[in-house]
Amino acid sequence: MALEAEPVRRDADRLRAKYHRRYLMGRFTLYLLAIIAAFCCAAPFLWGAITALKLNGDLYNPNNNPFLFNQPATMDHVLFLFQETPFLTFIWNTLWMGFLVVVITLVLGLPAAYALARLERPWSGPMAIGIFFVYLVPPSLLFLSMSRIVVWLNLQDSTWALVVVYPTFTIPVSVWLLFGFLRSIPKDIEQQAMVDGYSRLQAFVRVVIPIMFPGIVAVIVFAFTLAASEFLYALAFVSPTVEKPVSTGVPTVLIRGDVFFWQSLQAATFVVAVAIAFVFNLFLDRFVHGFTMGAVKG
Amino acid sequence: MAGTLEDDASQDAPPVSVRSSKRITLGDREGALAWLFLLPSVVYIVGLVAIPFFLAIGFAFSDVSAGDPSYDFAGLRNYRRAFADPVFWTSLRNTFVITVITMILVVVLGTILSNILVADFRGKWVVRFLVLLPWTTPVSLSSVTWLWLLDSIYSPIDWVMREVGLLGPDTLFGPTGNMYWLGKPGLATASVIMVQTWRLVPLAAVIIMAGLAAIPDDLDEAARVDGAGFWRRMFEITTPLIMPVVAVATLFAAIFTFTDMAVVYVLTRGGPTNSTQVLASWAYYKGIEGGDIAQGAAIALFLFPILLAAAVAILRSVRKVEVL
Amino acid sequence: MAVVEVRDLHKVYDGAQQAALGKINLATEEGEYLVLVGPSGCGKTTLLRTIAGLEQPTAGEVLIGGEVVNGLPPRARQIAMVFQSYALYPHKTVFGNIEFPLKASRIDRPERERKVRWAAELLGLTRLLDRRPRQLSGGERQRVALARALVRDPAVFLLDEPLSNLDAKLRTSARDELKRFQAEIGTTTVYVTHDQTEAMGLGDRIAVLSDGAVRQIGSPSEVYDHPADTFVATFIGSPPMNLVPSGDRLVGFRPEHLLPEEDVPGSDRVTVPFAVDRMENLSGDRHIYGTVTGIGEPTRVIARLPTTVTTPITVGESHAFAVAADRLRFFDTDPDSGRRAEPVRLEA
Repeated sequence: MALEAEPVRRDADRLRAKYHRRYLMGRFTLYLLAIIAAFCCAAPFLWGAITALKLNGDLYNPNNNPFLFNQPATMDHVLFLFQETPFLTFIWNTLWMGFLVVVITLVLGLPAAYALARLERPWSGPMAIGIFFVYLVPPSLLFLSMSRIVVWLNLQDSTWALVVVYPTFTIPVSVWLLFGFLRSIPKDIEQQAMVDGYSRLQAFVRVVIPIMFPGIVAVIVFAFTLAASEFLYALAFVSPTVEKPVSTGVPTVLIRGDVFFWQSLQAATFVVAVAIAFVFNLFLDRFVHGFTMGAVKG
Repeated sequence: MAGTLEDDASQDAPPVSVRSSKRITLGDREGALAWLFLLPSVVYIVGLVAIPFFLAIGFAFSDVSAGDPSYDFAGLRNYRRAFADPVFWTSLRNTFVITVITMILVVVLGTILSNILVADFRGKWVVRFLVLLPWTTPVSLSSVTWLWLLDSIYSPIDWVMREVGLLGPDTLFGPTGNMYWLGKPGLATASVIMVQTWRLVPLAAVIIMAGLAAIPDDLDEAARVDGAGFWRRMFEITTPLIMPVVAVATLFAAIFTFTDMAVVYVLTRGGPTNSTQVLASWAYYKGIEGGDIAQGAAIALFLFPILLAAAVAILRSVRKVEVL
Repeated sequence: MAVVEVRDLHKVYDGAQQAALGKINLATEEGEYLVLVGPSGCGKTTLLRTIAGLEQPTAGEVLIGGEVVNGLPPRARQIAMVFQSYALYPHKTVFGNIEFPLKASRIDRPERERKVRWAAELLGLTRLLDRRPRQLSGGERQRVALARALVRDPAVFLLDEPLSNLDAKLRTSARDELKRFQAEIGTTTVYVTHDQTEAMGLGDRIAVLSDGAVRQIGSPSEVYDHPADTFVATFIGSPPMNLVPSGDRLVGFRPEHLLPEEDVPGSDRVTVPFAVDRMENLSGDRHIYGTVTGIGEPTRVIARLPTTVTTPITVGESHAFAVAADRLRFFDTDPDSGRRAEPVRLEA
């Protein structure tokens, strides 16, 4: 078969220019799409930040440009949020509740993931799928009967109800993620530890957990995000204002009947959103890694 | 030497080194260890998921309410009442419509976004941060933000449309100066779809990113050397290989939309005229606000079989497509 | 005209201290099988990928078919490449894999099918066309990768260690098949490997690389018999060339040229006392380890005696060995070294 290199011979320079143009077009499109995506996702929050600082007269005027300060900016509503409402209480509730939920999730979920990934039992596979199927029984189905159980446990109207109930949806997904992370760690490391004299359990604690640490952190962040975001259970089980987490506290306190404290609402949203997203982003790569391992083999 | 340690737990030979030449500790018995590790999670989930689940089934066939908490078996009465109520059917239809359309949008936009997020460009960290905001923010709070953005009088979107001449007398979108995003039935449904899509696209993108990262580099390079340009690589190589992961992302998006009541509750409370009422919010309305627990349970229970069927279908298709 | 040529090619990775490739000049001859060989990190794969267009050079030019191809993506370079992992598309059949490059060339379906079948037949894959890669053995996958490369009718084949994923046993027969395949097709091939035996067996010419530079290019026998420096001398050949420090030079001789005195005919030779301390019997040859004195400093060397040499050797004793003078090579003692003229020394 003879050589057929004519296009390259004759038009190398034209080709070079053409590919360079294509490359530039590609980069341009990439940046354009990235900017559009970022804008669509973040615009409501950026706008919310502006709104939080607006005077009532500025805000409640449909003719005013909503993206500019037509009257001077004010910290009044932000201060109102922090000083005159239980906002800080809500944040505190979400924090300690989230913390405990994460602890419970890890204490129960990490060993479970290890058992499924390493201690090969015949029922490992079906068990893993079973855990996933728990997701198909959502809060919107369980909340009614769950409220009975909460009453029975004497936790009604207390943030503790959430601490007890939330792990039901954080554990399954955490087990799945941790399972994925574990599968990416070669078994030799623990086996080496066991040869060196450690038992399975000791090898797990002393050797595996430190290696998994970044993955564990990613799961912590994800579980916390889920707990902080949950709405239905919090709405159904916790009525007293001081017990509420941020997700139900802010809407109920800052929306009284027909009165909306919009600026404070936006300030609250902005603060919470940025804080969580910042931490989440720090661990995004680890999180993606875990999903890969979990997803590839169902 | 290491091989023996993997086998049947009770026959574990003590390791060669001096330390533990005594009896086998609990830490070595793998069968027992496996149970110990798994049992707490299983108990927790059985206790707090399975039991309420069966309880809910029980309620659905009872007459339990806030006023009369005693359990009396009521047969199919709740279901007959539910089926007779047109709002139930509206909710069912809305749930499907909203979920299916959201799913499609989320998968398409999520795939595009995930490709953007894996590419290399300046400011990538900033874009990633901004793009995650819809997903990581508590649902209720982001919905409240949208509540104002879609307000009947003050909506900034309307303002922009008025400024560019799309809204107002003699314009494309009608004589009024406002769109009434949440006030008109069709628009309200579209708004709910839009908010659901907005908050789930980042999640789908992150999941699909995982799939993209799993494709070996040399496959892409081989495709380049083989002469495939961007589009051919995208459609013939990349997309088929991420199908299982896309299915997982679809499943998550579907579950989160199907079972969600927060967005509807905050934005529209199900209105106007129940055009955005979904099963989850209708169950809440009946069960908690209306006090008729049995009725609420009956409605909510409808979610389960559909979810189950969808999950099984999607997982089956994942198995079929699995090649890597 | 050289099919592939590289001029003053220089490559430094971002943030790296050392250059991956430093000023390389290379040109292939038409239809030849050129092997790039060297230890890991020597830059051979970087060089191959730069020729392919998967890496961009920091400076210098790459020419394919006489045209400078810098700035052109791989698909415009008239190349085909076989990766170390073969990079077969797992979701496509063997047919689909081989057909894929043709789709990009806008050839219509019947013609594509004809070409795929032609390539498949050439590589003995006809009955495997409906299988998927995961159902194939290592050797079969390699053939599919070759068929896929062949079907584009490229100006040059680039192969990146395609045999390293095969079992040792399979490797020799695969090597044979590869060479026959290339001889039949006649396309210029650039082949990368870290295995010097493979390089010696396959190449029409070998380029030995180390630390981003080409140490020597030549035919296998040239590189073996007349190494340009001590790196080439010790890298090529197994066991490696013996090097004995002597004055301001290193004296080199191959193990097979260090023989018992009575087996080195002629007067133009150097005799050395060889204190034997170990002996291995490998595939009929005897590998003898010991210390020689008299050439220079006492040095541990290896002698390789073929079966035809039956002189009895006892471990623990000193024997009189000799090396023919024309087999001696001389290198200077500077770490990057070349050759020098030889002073002839005679041994008592």
